[in-house]
Amino acid sequence: MFSTVRERVGEVLLPGDEFSFEAEEKISLTAPVKSEKVVCGPGLRRCGDRLVVFKSGVLRHKEPNVFWIDSQQRRYVPAKGESIIGIVTAKSGDVFKVDFGGSEQASLSYLAFEGATKRNRPNVQVGDLVFAQFLIANKDMEPELVCIDSSGRANGMGVFGAGGLLFRVSLGLVRRLLAPQSNIRSDLEQLFPCELVVGMNGRIWVKSASVQQTLIIANLLQSAETMTAQQRQQLFRKVQQGAF
Amino acid sequence: MKDTPLSNCERDFLLKAIEEKKRLDGRQTYDYRKIKISFGTDYGCCFVDLGQTRVMAQVSCELVAPKENRPNEGIMFFNIELSPMASPGFEQGRQSELSVKLNRQLERCLRNSKCIDTESLCVVSGEKVWQIRVDVHTLNNDGNLMDAASIAAITALCHFRRPDVSTQGQEVTVYSPEERDPIPLSIYHMPISVSFAFFQQGTYLLVDPCEREERVMDGLLVIAMNKHREICSIQSSGGIMLLKEQVMRCSKIAGVKVSEITELISEALLNDRKARKAGGKCGFAESMPQERITALKKDETPVEMTDVTETANGIIQKGEAAPQTVPSPVVPVPGVGQVGQGLQNSWGLEDDDEDDYEEEKNDNSGDEQVEEVTKMDVGEGDVVEISDSEEEEVVILNPEVPEKPKNTGSKSYQKGAAASKKRQKK
Repeated sequence: MFSTVRERVGEVLLPGDEFSFEAEEKISLTAPVKSEKVVCGPGLRRCGDRLVVFKSGVLRHKEPNVFWIDSQQRRYVPAKGESIIGIVTAKSGDVFKVDFGGSEQASLSYLAFEGATKRNRPNVQVGDLVFAQFLIANKDMEPELVCIDSSGRANGMGVFGAGGLLFRVSLGLVRRLLAPQSNIRSDLEQLFPCELVVGMNGRIWVKSASVQQTLIIANLLQSAETMTAQQRQQLFRKVQQGAF
Repeated sequence: MKDTPLSNCERDFLLKAIEEKKRLDGRQTYDYRKIKISFGTDYGCCFVDLGQTRVMAQVSCELVAPKENRPNEGIMFFNIELSPMASPGFEQGRQSELSVKLNRQLERCLRNSKCIDTESLCVVSGEKVWQIRVDVHTLNNDGNLMDAASIAAITALCHFRRPDVSTQGQEVTVYSPEERDPIPLSIYHMPISVSFAFFQQGTYLLVDPCEREERVMDGLLVIAMNKHREICSIQSSGGIMLLKEQVMRCSKIAGVKVSEITELISEALLNDRKARKAGGKCGFAESMPQERITALKKDETPVEMTDVTETANGIIQKGEAAPQTVPSPVVPVPGVGQVGQGLQNSWGLEDDDEDDYEEEKNDNSGDEQVEEVTKMDVGEGDVVEISDSEEEEVVILNPEVPEKPKNTGSKSYQKGAAASKKRQKK
C-alpha cells in the first residue's frame, strides 16, 4: 500500500478515494520484512484496514512516511498546539473569553500569562488582540488557550497589537507563510521593513512604518492568495518601484 | 451566530487611516466600488455586485383586489431579505434592526417618490389591479447594502415585463407571454440611494462604506436622488450633528454619483435587450465562468444488453392477453359515460349496504365497483371494457327530475341517492 500511496503524491484526490491492501501483495516468509508505517496527516483517515481521503486537495508526502492532503479552506478548526490570534470578547471572573473564528469561544485564564499571579493581574482589555496557543482543542470540550509555554515563559505570546492592521486570509496562505522556506516571506522581506504576526486561524496582523505601507502589505498578502509565484513576484516588483 | 467582534487595534487603525484620507482598499473618499449589473433569464431578475457586496432582486406580479381607499391604483410591495448567506450575524426569519431599517428606507425611496405609475396598473377599477412585488435578497454583505438594494430594485423594475390584459366590460383576459408580448411597467424616474458615512463627529465623510468602515462609523446619511437632481428621500441615522454645508455638499456629490449610476443601469438594460433580441443565451447561468472539474460526471452503470430482446419476448408471451380496449368514453346507457377505469370499492361491505353509504353528486357519472384487473395494458385514452364477470356490477343512479327546480335542489339530491338503482350487467 505504501507504494500505491506514493504513486499518487501530487495528484488531486477527492473525498471517498481510498487506498487498500491489494490481494497480490505477498509477504515473503524468508526475507526480513520491515513493518511499514504510514503516518496520516490532515485529510487522511484510517477506516478499518483502508486509508480513506475525506478532504479534497493535493496529496503531499514528507520523508520518510508522512502523507497528508493539502486543502484550501477559510474556516478554522482548532487543534492542540497551534498558535492563533484571538480577540478578547469578555472578562468573566478569572477567565477571558476569546474569539478565534471557530464555532465556540475559547477560554484564557488570567494566570496563563508570564509573571501573572493572583495579585498581579495581566493588563488585558476587551477588544485586545492576543497571540496564544491551544492547550485543549478537541470536539468534545470548550477550547482553552494559554499565553505561556510549558516552561512558563511567554516566548512571543501575549497581548499585542497597537498601531497595526488585522485582516483575514485563507488557511492555505497562512501555512505557506509559516513554512520554513517560504517564498512569499522572502519576497516580502525585500519590500519594506514590517512587523508581522501570523495566526494559524487565518488572521494576520501587520505593522509598518506608515499607514500607507501597512495598507500596501495587507492588500498584497490578500491578493497573493490566488496568484502564481511569477505573478506575485511581478506584482511585488511593481510595488517596489512605485514606492521609490 | 454572532459576528466577529471588532478589535481595538482595527478600530484605531481605521480611524487613523481615515484621518490621513486613506481607505482600506485604496479608494478615494468619494469613490464607489466597482458596480456590476447582470440579469437572469426571467424578466425582472437582476443581480448587482457592489465590490464584494452582492444582492439579487426579483419582481413578480399578480392580479388582486385594490385597496378600498384607492380603487384605481395598483399595489407595490417591497421586501428585503437579509439571508444568513450574507453574513454570519444575520439570522433567518428574525427581524433585526438593520432589516427593518433597510426595508423602511427602500419603501420610502421607491414608493413615496412615486417613481412607478400605479394608475397604469389598474385593470378593472375597484376590482382588479396588478400587485407588483419586489423581493431583494442579500447574498453577500461587504457593506452598503442599502445602495446595492436600491440599484437592484429599480433595475429589476425597469427590466420587468408584465402580462398583457384586455377587458371587455367585466371580463378580463390575461394573455400569456406566448400569446402577446408582455409590456414593461411605466416608470417615471429612477431614484437611487447614495450612502455617506461620517467619522469623528462629522469631520470626515466617506462615500460607499465597506463593512469595516461601517463598523467604526459614527453616523450614516442616505440620500435618494434621481438623475434630474430631485431628492426623493433623505435620512440621517446614528445621531450625529451635521452642518447645513455638509448636507448640501453631500447632495451635490450624490447628484454626480446618481447620474453615473443611472448611465450604468441604462447601458446594462440596453445590452440585455440586444442580447435577448439576438436570441443569444442570457442570464445568470451563462454569465458564471465555467470553472468546474467534471461536474455531474458519472460512471456508466453496467447493464447486460445482449439478451434483452429474448427476455422481453418471453415475458410478453407468458403474460395474459391484454383485455380488449375501446376508445373512451364507453356509453352503457344514454346519459351515462364511462371514462377511464373505475375505482375499486374500498369499503369491504355487502353490496346491499353500500347504497346507504354512497354519496354521489347529482350528476351523470356512473358509479362502478370494478374488481382489480391485473396486468392491464391500457393506453392513454383507451377504456377497458368491463368483462362478463359475475362479480362486477355497474350501478347507475338516475337523478330524479326535481319538481321545483330551485327549492328542491337539496331534496332531490337525497332522493336521487335512494332512488332506483339499475343493476346492469354487461
